[in-house]
Amino acid sequence: MISTGYKKLVVPTIVIIMAIALPFVIKAPYFQHIIIMIFIWATLGTAWNLLGGYAGQVSFGHAAFFGLGAYSAGLLIFHLNVSPWWGLALGPVISMVVAIPIGLVCFRLRGPYFALATLALGEIFRLVFTNWVSLTNGAQGILILNTFSTKIPYYFIAFLIWGISLIIVDRMIKSKLGYYFVSIREDQDAAESLGIPTTRYKMFALLPSAFIAGLVGAFYMNYIAFIDPHVVFSLSDISVMVILVVMMGGVATLLGPSIGAAIYIALSELFRAWLGSANVLAFGIIVCLVILFMPNGIIGELGTLKRLFIRQDKKAMVAGGN
Amino acid sequence: MSFLEVKNIVKNFGGLRAVNDISFTVKQGEILGLIGPNGSGKTTIFNLINGFYPLTSGEIYFQGRRIDGLPPHKICALGIGRTFQVVKPLKRMTVLENVMAGAFLHTTSISKARSKALEVLEFCGLYHRKDMDAKNLTIADRKRLEIARALATEPKLLLLDETAAGLNPKETEEAINIILKIREIGITIIIVEHIMKVIMGISDRILAISFGREIALGTPREVANHPEVIKAYLGEAYA
Amino acid sequence: MSLFLQTIICGILLGAMYALIAIGMTLIMGVMKIINLAHGALVMVGMYITYFCFKEWGIDPYLGMFISMPALFLIGCLIQKYLINRLVEVDSILPENQVLLTVGIMLVLTETMRLIFKSDYRSVVTSYSTKTFFLGDISISIPMTFGFLIAMILTWLLHLFLTRTDLGRSIRATAQDRDAAIYMGVNASRITVITFGIGSALAAAGGSLLLPLFYLWPDIGHLFTAKAFIITILGGMGSTMGAILGGLTLGIAESLGATYISMGYKDVVGLIIFLLVLLFLPGGFRSFTRR
Repeated sequence: MISTGYKKLVVPTIVIIMAIALPFVIKAPYFQHIIIMIFIWATLGTAWNLLGGYAGQVSFGHAAFFGLGAYSAGLLIFHLNVSPWWGLALGPVISMVVAIPIGLVCFRLRGPYFALATLALGEIFRLVFTNWVSLTNGAQGILILNTFSTKIPYYFIAFLIWGISLIIVDRMIKSKLGYYFVSIREDQDAAESLGIPTTRYKMFALLPSAFIAGLVGAFYMNYIAFIDPHVVFSLSDISVMVILVVMMGGVATLLGPSIGAAIYIALSELFRAWLGSANVLAFGIIVCLVILFMPNGIIGELGTLKRLFIRQDKKAMVAGGN
Repeated sequence: MSFLEVKNIVKNFGGLRAVNDISFTVKQGEILGLIGPNGSGKTTIFNLINGFYPLTSGEIYFQGRRIDGLPPHKICALGIGRTFQVVKPLKRMTVLENVMAGAFLHTTSISKARSKALEVLEFCGLYHRKDMDAKNLTIADRKRLEIARALATEPKLLLLDETAAGLNPKETEEAINIILKIREIGITIIIVEHIMKVIMGISDRILAISFGREIALGTPREVANHPEVIKAYLGEAYA
Repeated sequence: MSLFLQTIICGILLGAMYALIAIGMTLIMGVMKIINLAHGALVMVGMYITYFCFKEWGIDPYLGMFISMPALFLIGCLIQKYLINRLVEVDSILPENQVLLTVGIMLVLTETMRLIFKSDYRSVVTSYSTKTFFLGDISISIPMTFGFLIAMILTWLLHLFLTRTDLGRSIRATAQDRDAAIYMGVNASRITVITFGIGSALAAAGGSLLLPLFYLWPDIGHLFTAKAFIITILGGMGSTMGAILGGLTLGIAESLGATYISMGYKDVVGLIIFLLVLLFLPGGFRSFTRR
């Protein structure tokens, strides 16, 4: 028992040490920026995956929580001249509070209807934040000054947020909650008849998901230093993209969203360099290919591949034994 | 106070009256059979007791407490478990995880839920399938999984919906044995079944319905010989 | 009063063209039971084809639609045959991956158009673009009236096709009960391909009719997807009549909104109505008659 507990700590320790060393090895700000963006998307994907992947409630409106987090940080300095870093505390709370009525409304609906309702809500947030100029400065957005002149502090904060989100999700899915989430995803009626209060547990998936999305949104404001409603509340660039990121990496797996994020950011940087304005087109084609040929993402398909091989091995062994 | 009391329940779907003024009681420890031709409203009655559909009118009491209007998960928590005619396995979970999902009703501990689930799987003869994904089970095993999962919620009353439909004679025999074992451990059962041999053999009393109305209620022999029942349903099948 | 009447008439004319697009969507939804987020992109591609014909060869948009419609029919058939129909064989954790596939298709269509035509705003100016005629003291735009009439004719032709021809009946049968239709010898996969083609052609027709009234740029597709959705949900999925009613409702609501509510919040009102319908009238207008 001790040795397995010990072993469990080995991999995370190595990852942490490597992560601490990384920005001192990779010194080019451009690459540091890319890694920070990967952390941002990995965190957002992890948040979405809790609700969409495990609990099966495919939200097309997660930009709302990301954007609320970002604006919480931005408006603090814009209106109150309070450091936007306080947004890291305020943003997640606001996202979570707003998630409660959203959940109460949308969880009345199932499947594609849920998806459409969240899509509409996400768009409502974008439009309200665009038009409520006195509060949000409208489409002009909010511009702040970066706190740090190097990328390294941002790198560590992003890493920390990512780590926290992974720990939250890991703890949840390895408990009773995880079993209940997957039960709800697989068959809501069966789950109800087993005594699972499905609406309440969907909410238990939504709230931490909104919390993490708000947290990473607030960090995004601090890091990028500029937001406007069309960026942070974007349907295609945030809400839909986060689903694709998770699908690429592996739906309902702990590290799938992070792998998807790494692929997404790397690909979009490469495409931008190689293909110029055709980069989104190339990305769209990849999206279609992934859905058609790897619908459960890289990690998901690895699992089935592995199982396929193991089964064949077993068969081979039995055959050999005979 | 009866164990379960169903009073004058009515259910309309649009203009169609699926259940029309049905009343019956269930005594603790008995097996009540529910028979009727296809579309006569048997599964609808289950969905009404279990809370999936709201009643149009009528009342349902369980152990003296009014339960109509409660959501299905609350009714399950009060001690009414059910299986589905069209089985609903949690496909991408293993058999063990399926049953654990039921066992979590009374615990939050993973290890407790697991040991409870293993116990139930043993009871239902599914232990050897525990690590299989539910989507790969045969139909007979899926039917058993339905029962196992419901048992894991520790019900006092179990609603079994066509547990033997689609099984071969040997599997049917095993299903009957499981049902009798469940009764032995003190769980009251309402069973919907098409296979007459099954329901006539194990029920203490039978309620026969047709077009959502009660046509007979009594011992299997009384019901089988009831002229309305023979006319509406049994015909050559049992006579 | 005349402002109010004019607003209503304008809404009805616009609504009939929206309805044409929505009928395409509702047809696809009814038969395939899928949510097609690429529908607006198909409208947009249709508009660009009509625009191209006008710009390069001087073909009037109302004639250009006879080029864009067959072109989109073909594109629609290909999408259904080689992309969406293949998804049936794919085992995925999330059933919503079909929605995402249409998102991918939407991206590909939008970005292809952006590559060819750039992001610039384009418009078609014809001799009659700004002409109006008067009914009493109400002025009515001529291109809108043309669009309305052609939309009505196309809807009527579609209705005849669906009710009078074998192919049309097969489409309706598949929409009602796919399994039963297959038992009756309908080749369901061929029907889905043709349906997606027809739906896309209707999208192109609607787009072409709206071309003289809207600025055209690659992202305009989102706008039409949203409109078609609101109409489809209002009218109830799969219902042609519902789509017409829904289209007129949206047209009137929009033009009232543009006259009486500030421009910015107009879309918010539309989305809130959409949410309320989703929540409380899951069958659209038909929910009223069923009760």
